[in-house]
Amino acid sequence: MGAAHLTAWFAALAIFVLLWQFGEPISKWAFDYPKAWQIPLARWISDAMKWLVNEASFGLFTFTDLTRFIADIVNLPYRLALSLLSTGFLSGQGSSAVQILPPLSWIAVIAVVTLIGYHAGGRRLAAIVAICFGFLAVFGQWQSAMVTLASILVAVPLGVVGGLLLGIAAYRWPRFETALTPILDLMQTIPVFAYLVPILFLFGFGPTAAIVATLIYAMPPMTRITVMALRAVPSEFRDLGNMIGCTRRQMTWRVLVPSAKDSLMVGVNQVIMLSLNMVIIASMIGAGGLGFDVLAALRRLDIGAGLEAGLAIVALAIALDRLSQAYAARAGAPVAPASTGGLVARHPYTVAAVAVILVTGVAGLILPAVQTYPDALKLSTGSFWSNVVGWINVNFFDTFEAVKNAVLLNILIPFKRLLGGLPWLGVTGMLAFAGWRLGGLKLAAIVGVLAFLIAATGQWEKAMITTYLCGISVIFAALLGIPIGILSAERARLWSWVRVIIDTLQTLPSFVYLMPAVMLFRVGDFTAMIAVVAYSIAPAIRYTVHGLMKVDPRLIEAGRAMGCTPFQILTKIKLKLALPEIMLGLNQTIMFALSMLVITALVGTRDLGQEVYIALTKADTGRGLVAGFAVAFIAIIADRLISSGAARTKARLGLV
Amino acid sequence: MPLPAAPCGGFFLLSQTPQTGRMMTASEPKLICRNVWKVFGAGAGEFLGVKDADTSLASLSKAGLVGAVRDVNLEVHAGEIFVIMGLSGSGKSTLVRCLSRLVEPTSGEILFNGENLLAASESRMIEIRRHQMGMVFQHFALLPHMTVLANVAFPLEVQGVDRETREARAKKMIDLVGLSGKENFFPRELSGGQQQRVGIARSLSVEPELWFLDEPFSALDPLIRREMQDEFVRLQSVLKKTIVFITHDFDEAIRLADRIAIMKDGSIVQAGTPEDIVLNPATPYVAEFTRNVPKAKVVKVGSIMRAAKSASGTGATVRERATIAEAAPIFANVDRIGVIDSTGKPVGVLHRDDVVELMMRG
Ligand SMILES: Nc1ncnc2c1ncn2[C@@H]1O[C@H](COP(=O)(O)OP(=O)(O)OP(=O)(O)O)[C@@H](O)[C@H]1O
Ligand SMILES: [Mg+2]
Repeated sequence: MGAAHLTAWFAALAIFVLLWQFGEPISKWAFDYPKAWQIPLARWISDAMKWLVNEASFGLFTFTDLTRFIADIVNLPYRLALSLLSTGFLSGQGSSAVQILPPLSWIAVIAVVTLIGYHAGGRRLAAIVAICFGFLAVFGQWQSAMVTLASILVAVPLGVVGGLLLGIAAYRWPRFETALTPILDLMQTIPVFAYLVPILFLFGFGPTAAIVATLIYAMPPMTRITVMALRAVPSEFRDLGNMIGCTRRQMTWRVLVPSAKDSLMVGVNQVIMLSLNMVIIASMIGAGGLGFDVLAALRRLDIGAGLEAGLAIVALAIALDRLSQAYAARAGAPVAPASTGGLVARHPYTVAAVAVILVTGVAGLILPAVQTYPDALKLSTGSFWSNVVGWINVNFFDTFEAVKNAVLLNILIPFKRLLGGLPWLGVTGMLAFAGWRLGGLKLAAIVGVLAFLIAATGQWEKAMITTYLCGISVIFAALLGIPIGILSAERARLWSWVRVIIDTLQTLPSFVYLMPAVMLFRVGDFTAMIAVVAYSIAPAIRYTVHGLMKVDPRLIEAGRAMGCTPFQILTKIKLKLALPEIMLGLNQTIMFALSMLVITALVGTRDLGQEVYIALTKADTGRGLVAGFAVAFIAIIADRLISSGAARTKARLGLV
Repeated sequence: MPLPAAPCGGFFLLSQTPQTGRMMTASEPKLICRNVWKVFGAGAGEFLGVKDADTSLASLSKAGLVGAVRDVNLEVHAGEIFVIMGLSGSGKSTLVRCLSRLVEPTSGEILFNGENLLAASESRMIEIRRHQMGMVFQHFALLPHMTVLANVAFPLEVQGVDRETREARAKKMIDLVGLSGKENFFPRELSGGQQQRVGIARSLSVEPELWFLDEPFSALDPLIRREMQDEFVRLQSVLKKTIVFITHDFDEAIRLADRIAIMKDGSIVQAGTPEDIVLNPATPYVAEFTRNVPKAKVVKVGSIMRAAKSASGTGATVRERATIAEAAPIFANVDRIGVIDSTGKPVGVLHRDDVVELMMRG
C-alpha cells in the first residue's frame, strides 16, 4: 500500500519534471496559455454589468432603481450619524449651508463611550475606552475618526441584522443553505479589493458605496455564525418550544435566537472588527476618514502622517473590540431585574449620557474648547515619526538594505523565477493528482478545474507571482510562528503574553501593517512580504499552541514513563499528534496571507492584487473580478488540499 | 390502627396511591400506543412497509437503519405514574417523543383520549400540546435570558395569555414547587435541583392532563435526586396527573411507579407493577435489575396476607397496599396484623412468619 502510494507520486513527479525540462520546444502551449483559447470572462462580466445598469429590469422597477433604493437605505442613517458625530446638522446646500445644530462635542462623545464602557465592563474598560478616544482627540485625529465611526455605526447594525436573517433562513430552509454556502465560501476568499470594483461601478464613488461594500464583506461571517449557533442550541430547547406549542416564528425569535445569544454576540464582535477593517480599505472608493488619511500618506510616502492615522485606527479598533467583547461576555451574565424607582434609578446610564450631551452642547456654544478639541493642545507625533524614520535610515540604511538585498537575491528572486517557469499544464496536472491522492476524484476535479480556469482566463502569470509571494511569506510565518507556538505551549507565562500580542495584532485592520514595513524598507516585494508575514503569523502560533495543548496528557505521561527525554516527548509524541492542528493553522496562515497580499498592491507588487487595484482605479469590473476570482481559486485550492491532508493525517493517527 | 397519614412526604403518597391505583384500573386508558415503530435512517418507511420484513436489530442495522423504538404497545391510565425504564440508548427518549409527536413515529398508532395523534393536523397538535401536555427535560432547558418567573410563565405567554394572569399563575406554580422568593433569579443563579423545580413548575403552568418527564432527576446529585423524588411524590399526591416518567435508574422506577415498562434495544421486555417485576422477572435481563432490590420494599401487604373476612384478634391494622417494609415495624410487639383495604374494610391478616420469610429471601 505504502509502496504503491510512493510509486504513484514518483511517477507523477517524473512526468511533471519531463514536461517542465523538455516539453517547451514541443508544446509551447503547455507553458504559455494561448491567447486564442482564452475565455473572455472579463469582457462578459463587464458586458453583464453594463446590461445590468442600463437595461436590466424586474418589471416594476429597473436594476438601477434597486441600487438607488439600497443607496437610500444606507444613506439616510449615514447622513444622520455623520451629522451627529462630525458635521452637525446643516440647512441648505454646499458652501451656503448653515449649521443649525453643532455635532456632539468631543467631550460628549468621550463621556458617552466611557459610560458604555463602564456599563459593559466596569471601571477598567471605561478607562481603556476613554484613553483610546482621548488619544484620537489629543493627536488631532478626531475629525477623521468620527467619519470612520459614523460609517461603522451604520454598517454594523445593518450587517448584524442582515447576517442574522440570512443565517436564520439558511437554518430553516436547507435548500437555501445549500445555495448560500458556496457563495459565502467565495465571498470570504475573494480579496476585498475585488468587492470594491463592481460596487464602485454600481454605486459610484463615495461613502454610500463604501458602506455597501462593508456590509457585503462583514455579513458572511455573521451568517455562518448564526447558522452554527442555531444548530448548537441543544435539542431540548427545540423540544421545549414544540412541547409548549410555539409557532415557527415564536420558536425562532422566542426560543432559538435568545438561547443562542452568547454565540451570536461573538458574531457581532466579528462584524464590528470586519467592518472597521473594510471601512478603512473602502477609503479607496470614497469612505473618507482614517483610511483615507493612511492611503493619502502612503501615496505621498509621508510616513509620519500615515503612522499617526494608523495608530488612531489601532485605538479605535481596540476600543470597539473591547466594548463588543465585554458585551458578548455580559450576554451570558444575568442582568439585575429592573428596579422600580424613578427615571434616574431605572435608566441611570441613559440619563447620565443625555445630561452630558445637553450640558456640553450648551457649554460648547459659549466655550469653543468644549465643542471642538482646541488646536493649541493637540500633539503631533508626525514629525517625530518622520525624524525616527530619518534617523533609522541614516544609521541603519546600509544594514537594512543589505538584509533586504540578500533575501531578495538569494531567496525571493530565484523562487519567483522557478515558479514563473513552470508549465501551467504540468502544475494543473500535479494539483489534480494531489487532489486525487488526498481526497479522491471529486477533489481532483475541483482542484484541476479551478487551476485550469486561472490559466484559461489569462491570469496564470500573475497568479504565479501571487503564489510565490504568498508561499514565501507563509514559509517565513511558519518558520517563525511554529517555534514560537512550541515555546509558548510549554510556558504558561510566555503564552499569556504572546496571546495578548497576537489577539491585539488580529484586531488591527490589515492596512495598518503596511506602515511600519514601508517605513523601514520602502516599496517592493520585500516590504510586501514583511507585512504579509506580520499579518499572517498569528494563526500559525495559535493553532500550534492549541494543537500541542490538546495532546492527551496520558500519552505524555506514558512517554515519560517509558523514559523519553523532554525533546523526544516533544518530537515523537506531541508534535506528531498535533500535526493535523498545525496543518489547519498553516491553512489559516495561507488564507490570511492571501488577503493581506492583495492589499500590498499599494506598495507596488506585480501580482493579482495589483491587477485588482488597477481595475479599481479604472472601475473596470470585469478585469477586477477575474483577477479576484483567481485569488479566490488559489485560496480554495490550498484550502481543500490542506484540509483533506489534515483529515487524512488525523485518521492515520487515530484522532477522529 | 391505620398508618398515620403524614401531611407530606413519602408516607402520604403511600396511603394515597392505592386509591388512585384502584381508580385507574377501572378508568379508560388516557394514552394508548399500538405497534409504534421509530426507525432512523433513509428509507425506513419502505423497509417496514414490506410485508413480513425481517425487523431484527441486525437486519435493520445492515440496511443502515437504527431501530430506536420497535413495536411498542402500552396503555397509560388516568392518574397513574407510568415509568419507562431502560439503559442508555434503549430508546426511552425517542419513545416519549413519539408519544408527544415531537418525533414522527415511522409507523403505529397513538391514541390520546381516544384521538389518533398521528392523524392530527399541525395546528391541532399545537393546540393539544399547549393545553393538554407538559414535559420536563433532563437538562432542564430553562431559557437563560429569562427570570424564573418569566420561564415559568413562558408557555402561557406563547399562548397569548395576558401578563397579569400568566404571572399570577406562574407565581402559584413557583410556590407549589417551593421556590417562592426566587421569582426574579436567573436560571444560572440556581442549583441543579432548584433549576429542575423551575422546569417542573413551567411544565405544570398550563395544567396539563398528561405529564411527560424525561429523566428529570438524572442530572442531579444522588442526595438532591432523593429529595426531588420525594418532592415529586408529594406533588403528584396533590395533582393526580397522568404521568409518563422516564428513568434509567431502577431504584427510582421502583420508588415512584404505579407501573413500570422495561425497555431494551427499542422494545419493551416487560411491563407491570413494581411488585410484579420484582417477584416475577420475565427475562434474565430484567432479573439482573431486580436482583439487588430488597423485596420487602416492593412487595405489598396484600400479596402475602392470608385472606380473612374479619381482622379479629389483631390490634393494629395496615392497608393492603402498604409495603412489607412499612408494615414490619408494627410486628415489634404483635404476631399478626389486620389488613384493611382503602375503604377501611378488613380483607385479611398478615402473619409475622410470612413477613420474616420474605425478608430472609432478600
Ligand atoms: N435523530 C436521530 N438519528 C439517528 N439515530 C438516533 C436519533 N435519535 C436517537 N437515535 C438513536 O436511537 C437510539 C435510542 O436513543 P434514545 O435517545 O431514545 O435513547 P435513551 O434511552 O433516551 O438513552 P439515554 O438514556 O442516553 O437518554 C440510540 O441508538 C440513538 O443513537
Ligand atoms: Mg434519553
